[in-house]
Amino acid sequence: MAAGLTLNHFLVLSLILFLLGSYCVLSRRNAIGILLGIELILNAANINYIAFSFYGSGGMKYDGQVFAIFVIMLAAAEAVIGLAIILAIYQNLRTIDVSATETLSG
Amino acid sequence: MDNPQPVEFVRWIVLLPLIGAAINFLFGATIQKSFGRRAVSIVGCGAVIASFVLGLRAFFQMLAAPPDHRFMLDDLWRWFDIGGLKLDVAFWLDPLSIVMVLIVIGVGGSIHIYSTGYMHEDPSYWRFFAWLNLFTFAMLTLVLGDNLWLMFVGWEGVGLCSFALIGFWYSEHNNTSAGNKAFIYNRVGDWAFVVALYSLFAALGAVGHPTLVIREVAHYTPMLVGRPGYAGMSVITFVTLMMFLGATGKSAQIPLFVWLPDAMAGPTPVSALIHAATMVTAGVYMVARLNFLFSLAPATMLVVAAVGAITALFAATIGVTQNDIKRVLAYSTISQLGYMFVGVGVGAYAAGIFHLMTHAFFKACLFLGAGSVIHAMGGEQDMRNMGGLRHKLPITFWTFMAATLAICGIPPFAGFMSKDEIIWDAFEHGHPWIWLVLWLGAGITAFYMFRQVYLTFFGEFRGTHEQEHHLHESPVSMSSVLTVLGVLSLAGGAVMLPKFIAHFAPLEDFLDPVFDSPQTLAMAAHGTQRGLEGYFAVLSLALVAAGWLFADLTYRSSKLSAERMSEFAAGLPYRLSFGKYYVDEAYDVAVVRPYMMATRAAAWFDLHIIDGLVNLAAVITVFGSWLSGLFDNYVVDGLVNLAANSTLAAGGRLRRLQTGSINGYLYGLLAAVMVILLLQAVLRT
Repeated sequence: MAAGLTLNHFLVLSLILFLLGSYCVLSRRNAIGILLGIELILNAANINYIAFSFYGSGGMKYDGQVFAIFVIMLAAAEAVIGLAIILAIYQNLRTIDVSATETLSG
Repeated sequence: MDNPQPVEFVRWIVLLPLIGAAINFLFGATIQKSFGRRAVSIVGCGAVIASFVLGLRAFFQMLAAPPDHRFMLDDLWRWFDIGGLKLDVAFWLDPLSIVMVLIVIGVGGSIHIYSTGYMHEDPSYWRFFAWLNLFTFAMLTLVLGDNLWLMFVGWEGVGLCSFALIGFWYSEHNNTSAGNKAFIYNRVGDWAFVVALYSLFAALGAVGHPTLVIREVAHYTPMLVGRPGYAGMSVITFVTLMMFLGATGKSAQIPLFVWLPDAMAGPTPVSALIHAATMVTAGVYMVARLNFLFSLAPATMLVVAAVGAITALFAATIGVTQNDIKRVLAYSTISQLGYMFVGVGVGAYAAGIFHLMTHAFFKACLFLGAGSVIHAMGGEQDMRNMGGLRHKLPITFWTFMAATLAICGIPPFAGFMSKDEIIWDAFEHGHPWIWLVLWLGAGITAFYMFRQVYLTFFGEFRGTHEQEHHLHESPVSMSSVLTVLGVLSLAGGAVMLPKFIAHFAPLEDFLDPVFDSPQTLAMAAHGTQRGLEGYFAVLSLALVAAGWLFADLTYRSSKLSAERMSEFAAGLPYRLSFGKYYVDEAYDVAVVRPYMMATRAAAWFDLHIIDGLVNLAAVITVFGSWLSGLFDNYVVDGLVNLAANSTLAAGGRLRRLQTGSINGYLYGLLAAVMVILLLQAVLRT
């Protein structure tokens, strides 16, 4: 591990990633773009896991990494379901612009 | 008396008619359809004849025993045992009851045989014989019952059977209402009898001997002397008066006699059975049976004798003007029963029973003769449409004549022996007024009986041609019975001759052990006049002859006109008599109408007040449930609907939050996260 790298560096990186992902999710109108933003948020969380795992928890070094792997699997599943929903929206509305889904309002 | 002979066969005297009745009631219709009427009559008559044979056996067995031991007891089973009252179903035969048994089954049985001819065309032949047998059974229970309750069972039984037989042809309203009338008047008497039994039982219980067994009652009765009863009378007077009121119901005396003339609605053999052998003799028998009790109550005895005498004259005067052949006989029955009550009322019990016996013979003969006439006339009962029948119905005529001579008291016929005995006894025991009344009654009896004979059998035939063509003597089953009864009317009096002719009175000697209580003997010995009997008999005969002559002049030789006579008396006595002194109407006004009004008032009360209350309750319930329904609809359902409606309304408002804009959701999410973080930061500091 390179010297000088501290936990805060990773946290800042993670924060930057999270903010980028959030911005992407909030600002994109394209459904696939929103899914990409969610991937960024998830990966920001993964970095946090691994960083805290590495710097934080005494002898138990692999807990965070295992969680990170779970999150990756979850992200894959989420991408599948999200894409399937997007496909369904496209079939019904001939667009993947999420503003079109306002017809689903209560 | 302490050791009665136990005999097993006595029960069959009573039970055989019951068995006959049961067979005919249960299977009579089938028997009649499959085997014919003959089979039904074999069952009905056979039971009674077998019973009569047993009665004769008991009679001869009794004759063979010494006079002190002429008692038989057949104890069947313990009936009930309540409080101190222990009663058995047991039959008690003594000289009095055996005489009654022979009269009841003998005369009753001959009426059975007569009925096989008289009722031959009736479709309900079996029913008739079933009821006749049951009637005989009830009367035998009354006569033979060893205690007063069993006697009362028979007492009620004859009332029931008379009701059914009087209303036998029930399809006509007159007949059924006559049956009802008989039953209801009897109920009044029965009520009095029950009251008497309870009072007697209570009084005997008060002296430590609660019992209703007749011979025990006889033993303990003297202990009751001087004990206070009810209504200011001594207990014995009260009990005997109530019993006598019961007897007036059964035996058709004033005041409860009006049912008997209406009882003519039944078939003629029934009239004969009721009048001669069974029902009406019950009261006389009861007084004679309880002689030890009545003899202790001189006041009651006077009432009995006075009522008997008044009834005898009263009914005789009604008989004078009646036109219905059976109705005349009905009033003569009431009159003759009055004589019997005088007999037992003055203490001459044997004379009363003797007259009961001879009356059974000649009254059965008269009624069956009348039945034979009615049969020949095709149902005609009005004597004004008869006449000259003596050539067409010789047997009926001669037997009817014999019975008429008997009832009028012409020697040597049976009625002379018995009736004159009673008339004389009344005088002998110091009741000259009663003697006078009876003496007048005897003359009137002669008049109306010969009036009947002349109207029916003498003169020209006054009916229609069709009836004249149809006239015929009755079949053998009827005429043979008439002959037997006619002979008995002639010779039946020979068992007790008047003392001025000869001291020959086997009946009285035979009955003596029954009437041997000290008080009865004292009563019988209470006489002032002796040795005048012969002269009094001549006096009676003279008046009877006058009555006969009067009837002869009026109705046969027509030297006197009946119409002229009724006009001569200004019509009033005639109309009184013809209208039966309007006793029925008086009862109608005094009892029936108020009763009907009371029932109508009760019905009105029931309809308007009771039903009104019920309806009010119903209305209240309906109103209450309407209120409850309102509460349910508006309050309970309202709460439920409120919950539903508020949920609906809340949903309607809240769904606007769901815009469908994903970006909107995300901004909301972010905002919420930031608020949480902010709050956390604020709270942490």
